[in-house]
Amino acid sequence: MLRLVELDKTYPTGDKALKSVDLEVPQGQVLALIGPSGAGKSTLIRCINRLVEPTSGSVFLGDVDLTKLGSGALRRERRRMGMIFQEYALVERLTVMENVLSGRLGYVGFWRSFTRRFPQSDVDEAFRLLDRVGLLEMADKRADELSGGQRQRVGICRALIQNPALLLVDEPTASLDPKTSRQIMRLICELCAERDLAAIINIHDVALAQMFVQRVVGLRFGAIEFDGPPDALTPDVLTRIYGEEDWEATIEKVEDEDEMVTA
Amino acid sequence: MSAALQARVGQRWRKPAFIKRPWLRYTLLIGTFLYLVAAIASIEVNWSRVYEGLDRGVAFIASFTNPDFTSRATDIWEGMIESLIMTVASSVVGILISIPIGLGAARNIAPLPVYVICRGIVAVSRALQEIIVAILLVAIFGFGPLAGFMTLSFATIGFLSKLLAEDIESMDKSQAEAIRATGSRWMQWINYGVQPQFMPRLIGLSMYRLDINFRESTILGLVGAGGIGATLNTAFDRYEFDTAAAILILIIGTVMFLEYVSGLIRARVQ
Repeated sequence: MLRLVELDKTYPTGDKALKSVDLEVPQGQVLALIGPSGAGKSTLIRCINRLVEPTSGSVFLGDVDLTKLGSGALRRERRRMGMIFQEYALVERLTVMENVLSGRLGYVGFWRSFTRRFPQSDVDEAFRLLDRVGLLEMADKRADELSGGQRQRVGICRALIQNPALLLVDEPTASLDPKTSRQIMRLICELCAERDLAAIINIHDVALAQMFVQRVVGLRFGAIEFDGPPDALTPDVLTRIYGEEDWEATIEKVEDEDEMVTA
Repeated sequence: MSAALQARVGQRWRKPAFIKRPWLRYTLLIGTFLYLVAAIASIEVNWSRVYEGLDRGVAFIASFTNPDFTSRATDIWEGMIESLIMTVASSVVGILISIPIGLGAARNIAPLPVYVICRGIVAVSRALQEIIVAILLVAIFGFGPLAGFMTLSFATIGFLSKLLAEDIESMDKSQAEAIRATGSRWMQWINYGVQPQFMPRLIGLSMYRLDINFRESTILGLVGAGGIGATLNTAFDRYEFDTAAAILILIIGTVMFLEYVSGLIRARVQ
């Protein structure tokens, strides 16, 4: 469904953020992208929807090579890729409802969006999504009145109302407390399962990733270092991705938590 | 304890000086002081002239105790109305024009050619002082409020576009990026991702500019560009200090009122 072919990104400063990355994500698969800060995780997902222009290589979404598209065609393809951001990236001075409906901007004309007269089906869907994440009564609040976890739920609604085929998720839990982090991760994974969505989730918290995803890809210095199921993440592998450290505690913690969750 | 730490413990710590080289630091300091002394010494004051002038000054200030609102009431009224119309009209027109120019003058959202043109407009508008523009426009359009209105609109564009562009340049990139990622058009992106971020500042600056435009409109009359300034100028020319005082009191009152209202509005839009 999504296929990256020899994707390269070199920043004008000369930093090689991605080095010939090949990756294939089938429909419905939720993939966690782990790796140290600066390994190129953020760059990788931004190269997919071209918020960052890749230097060379191809990105196929279905049969379309996104790297070859002009601005109009790129805009239409971006509708199929919902993005969820670190620190939520809600437009703070807009209401919750406006933030959610902004996910439909690619589908409606300028005047409709300017006057906030979205098609009834979009409005209904926005309410349904807000209800699904438990924020229906917050619809007319301003986004900056919400707590971190609530904001990220709105961010999820904004991505889902695009009716995407793929979710690009950049550090969704970076500024959330441990409990909210799990709730958000659970919500994202549940919604992906409900809608048969593929997702790439950048995440720092290895234990959290292991709890929820089917596949983990480890990135180091812009290249793929590990690709496999979460339980194949041994201390050895983590050392290869992150460098030398005592990993037993991280992995043990996961097992404890798994028992807790199943109990 | 490491050797590096050993060397520092027990030592005083001071913030490093802003200018690191001591000789440069002290040269600048002493140079500034000498320049100041020389500059003050070069001002020529004719103290006997000041003594004579004091009487006139006192007469002028004394006239404030009995301002004359009545004998030129119609002139004052018409002048005030003209000034207010000039102020409001030029603010509205100036603000409307400065929004697109402000967007174009923000490097993070405008392509380079547009940026250069818009910055050029801003630079020209800011380089020319209102009085100079007014003299030019009076020469073109003749005496009257039209020249004043155009002057103030022009000045508003320079002021507002520049500050607006700077606000846009310092906006939160991630909010705008999120809107771009939805597949929005450029105009939608501005409307949803950028506009909510600069709106409070735009409203605040507009109110502030309205206030400035009124004050400027009282000056522009001195060069024939209409408004209460023309009435004020006439009063001075006829040595009618009591009428002039009445006009000045009205101007001060209006400015204070606008200041108060604009402060109130700015506090509420955050």
